[in-house]
Amino acid sequence: MRVAVQSDSFDFAFEAAAFARDLDGAGAVVTFTGIVRDVSGGLEAMEIEHYPGMTQSALTAIAEEAIERWSLADALVIHRHGRLSVGEQIMMVATAAPHRGDAFEAAEFLMDYLKSRAPFWKKEITRNGADWVAAREDDETALNRWK
Amino acid sequence: MDVLYFAWVRERIGAPKDRIETNAATVTELVEELRAREPRYEAAFADLSALRVAVDQELADFDAPLAGVREVAFFPPMTGG
Repeated sequence: MRVAVQSDSFDFAFEAAAFARDLDGAGAVVTFTGIVRDVSGGLEAMEIEHYPGMTQSALTAIAEEAIERWSLADALVIHRHGRLSVGEQIMMVATAAPHRGDAFEAAEFLMDYLKSRAPFWKKEITRNGADWVAAREDDETALNRWK
Repeated sequence: MDVLYFAWVRERIGAPKDRIETNAATVTELVEELRAREPRYEAAFADLSALRVAVDQELADFDAPLAGVREVAFFPPMTGG
């Protein structure tokens, strides 16, 4: 398992290939990448703040739970912070499992928990000012299906 | 005890961190003490339903005890991913 919290960009193809190499007993790899998008028009940048003391351990706990629950061969979480432009990669997860169902489900679980249980806060910088992105109700309800 | 603020909580208070001496037994009592400090704290803590708290870097409830705790952090609901 690898959890990386970084301001630097990452090479998705490299990370995915490295992850898929040397997996023990895995027949399925699922990857997901989140990208900064301009929802309302006029987005100049996305600033992602995080809680340095807590981020690594919170992500590790979430990844460990996914590994345990879906008997994953491996899991990867990369999450960036700092100032990102439209089109840049924000984060990625990868899961490896014997079968694809578990790999997909574990990746969704990771995403749902990253959304609302990992200490990151997004701020949208537009021409007209800056605003913190509000948490969405459905992100919270998405967690219920994993209980 | 270190009290940390993130996102708009940090902006409203105007500082990322306070080091405070407190006898507060719970997070809620700590919030009451902070609120009484200055209007900017009152503004930041006006609506607790809009806030989340971590105690010693783990998510916690507002009734969490503070005995032996070294770090408390306040922030809005997280928006990762």
